[in-house]
Amino acid sequence: MSNEAITNKASELKADAKSGAMAEKLYQLGVLLSLLLLCAVMSVLSSRFLSFDNLMNVASQAAVSAIVSIGMFLAILTAGIDLSVGSVLALSTMMMGIASDHWGLNPYICILVCLGTGALLGLANGLLLTKLHLPHPFISTLGMQKMARGIALFVTAAAPISMFPDEIQFLGNNSVGQVPVSFILVGILYAAMYLFLTRTSTGRYIYAVGGNKEAARLSGIKVNSILNLVYVISGFTAALAGLVLAGRVNAVYPLAGLDYETDAIAAVIIGGASFFGGVGSIGNTIIGVLLIAVLRNGLNLLNVDSAFQTFAIGAVIVVAVAVDVLRQNVMKSGR
Amino acid sequence: MLADGILLKVEGLTKRFPGVVALDGVDLEARAGEVHAICGENGAGKSTLIKMLTGAYTPDSGTINFEGQIYHGLTPRKAMGVGIACIYQELNLIPHLSVAENIFLGREIYLAEKINVLDRKQMREKAAELLADLGLAISPTARVGTLGVGHQQMIEICRAMWSNAKLIIMDEPTSSLSEKEADDLFRVMAQMKARGVTILFISHRLDEVRANCDRVTVMRDGKTVARVDMKDSSIDEIIQLMVGRNIQNKYPKQRAAHGDVVLKVNKLNRKGVLHDVSFELRAGEVLGFAGLVGAGRTETARAITGADPYDSGNIEVFGKPVTIRTPLDSINAGIAFLTENRKEQGLILIQSVAFNATIVNMHKYGTNGWLSLKRVRDTAQKICAEMRLKTSGMEMPVGKLSGGNQQKVVIAKWLLSKSRIFIFDEPTRGIDVGAKVEVYKLINQLVADGAGVIIICSEMEEVLGMADRILVMHEGEITGEMSREDATQEKIMYAASGFRQAS
Repeated sequence: MSNEAITNKASELKADAKSGAMAEKLYQLGVLLSLLLLCAVMSVLSSRFLSFDNLMNVASQAAVSAIVSIGMFLAILTAGIDLSVGSVLALSTMMMGIASDHWGLNPYICILVCLGTGALLGLANGLLLTKLHLPHPFISTLGMQKMARGIALFVTAAAPISMFPDEIQFLGNNSVGQVPVSFILVGILYAAMYLFLTRTSTGRYIYAVGGNKEAARLSGIKVNSILNLVYVISGFTAALAGLVLAGRVNAVYPLAGLDYETDAIAAVIIGGASFFGGVGSIGNTIIGVLLIAVLRNGLNLLNVDSAFQTFAIGAVIVVAVAVDVLRQNVMKSGR
Repeated sequence: MLADGILLKVEGLTKRFPGVVALDGVDLEARAGEVHAICGENGAGKSTLIKMLTGAYTPDSGTINFEGQIYHGLTPRKAMGVGIACIYQELNLIPHLSVAENIFLGREIYLAEKINVLDRKQMREKAAELLADLGLAISPTARVGTLGVGHQQMIEICRAMWSNAKLIIMDEPTSSLSEKEADDLFRVMAQMKARGVTILFISHRLDEVRANCDRVTVMRDGKTVARVDMKDSSIDEIIQLMVGRNIQNKYPKQRAAHGDVVLKVNKLNRKGVLHDVSFELRAGEVLGFAGLVGAGRTETARAITGADPYDSGNIEVFGKPVTIRTPLDSINAGIAFLTENRKEQGLILIQSVAFNATIVNMHKYGTNGWLSLKRVRDTAQKICAEMRLKTSGMEMPVGKLSGGNQQKVVIAKWLLSKSRIFIFDEPTRGIDVGAKVEVYKLINQLVADGAGVIIICSEMEEVLGMADRILVMHEGEITGEMSREDATQEKIMYAASGFRQAS
């Protein structure tokens, strides 16, 4: 190849890489703009939207969803999914309620029961995938969704438990000045997850497993351990979200977290992660979470029928995944 | 039909992509009943040209004249309609369906078309006829998934024949075939040629081009540089046209001093796959594994490196017995396995060059659990510069690199793993002549540094050109061993066909 050809080739490659990175940036900018546009439209349509109370309301609802979405993001990053987050949230908090109310345990132990239950259920999801070799986490976590919900309903014969000690309510109900503790928690969790994913080898291996499982395995990465870890984290964050929710409403109930997986999936995909795995950034997931939260809140404020709300979230997921497929095709057609 | 029996005449075909001219005024001419080769290094524009002919891309300018009809661009449907078929490297068959069902897929024979009732009997008979015409002993009712790659390719050819294709484009058809399967393919190609079908044959294997093609169009950097008659030119001339320079030595073999045994494999067994495989590898040695596709060479490598399990046998590395159950055990023992399918098994295509190069034992690049992104990038940059990798930067996704450069990233990754034993499975598959020589030089360098190297090659010339010693496998057993000096293509074929060497 002549020198000229090499220079041409290099500039072609550079253009390719640039256009790929550009497309990603544009997409993220687009999502951010959609969020702002949605906020603008809502503030025009409803005078209450921009009120301090309402914005705090949106944000505290988003906080719970944001924590659930961390686990969902990891699962989707490995080309998997976790459909059990909502039920895991319910069962973990019910176990905490029983530990506190029926057994009278120390509140900190109760919190550990909650988080431990979530992590264990997540581990079960992971082992179903890696040891029993169920074909796709869709199956294992769908099974877990039903099993955990069933147990959550069974343990108190479907009765809720309320009135918790302050320690348990702390994350969901307290503020530092004007800032709710749950917001600070979300900030810490997202920052920690960002560092974990970009600055530790384990975090990078999660991307590797999602990008090409077989290549990762042959490169000496313990793929099964990585997958187990991902589902443990997902169970843990679902339980942690449950703890925040329980604190906020000062009650636990077996139907808590219903349909949370749908919102989390929507948030993660809107945030630019790909169902094909290996692509996405945790920072953008929060934008997806806010978009969904604003959408739900806005529809509520406008007194839109809840049936249409359900429809709208479904439509958002379909559109987001369709956009994901388009983006992946654009990236593939590079060569 | 055009004058002089010319079926296809492409003139001034140009295609630009953002920032690059992929094809720059390409001319191509093929006669009816001709096997016409298109040669060129990777990135020369062969794929873009094919995509234009199959209608996947529309040209910016230029014309495609097919049977006297001038087209300024084709669509996939139109291309199929006029009689252009393409057999891609990745076959487009449905493994769970039968041979007959695959042949007629989309062009079925009906008993009653209005109510969508198929004439399965006639399709079976017609399929048997098509297969027999091509001299193939394949049952029309066999499930395609149970057939070997060679036979699957034949099914694709039958599909093209059934669709009355006048021009069949074959993109690297022999890259995953054994020599025997390839010979079958050439026989079938000759038959199609005799019936007046034109074949555009794209291959990196110039000996095949020489033996089976009438004329060759050579492409370089998006342009056609020459069209020559095969009988008037030599392989060396074609290589020179392709690369624009003279490659003196296809196999720049340099011998290194042999040291101690670094790898000893004793009676490795895996039921139905490997039978009592035993051999030794010395420091500084290049050990070649020859044999037909499916003879157990890749399986041997996979068992040694923990990619697949094995039932019994011992492995010693540097004189010490090791237990290898996972790829990580193999890496820790100092054995690197460079798989044959770099896209499926070697690389994470959406990730960057730096990521892929440093993925093995990535935790090494950090302190106290924190990764140093700078160290990752610097390490990758250094090794890629040493290997003369052509990339716009360390953040480039490897999926965007050419085959040769992708292979360099795979090698870079294993060089950084600090291995002392390297197993290369088809190290030069699908990469161009220039890149091949660079890979061979890297192998020279490895053995000069005292590493032990195993190469698994389906191209006999390559194994003869690069190995110090050759082991031949047949159906999971080692059936022959010969030194570089004693080895000949005939001896290898003899052992590869299952005849044990008279020793």
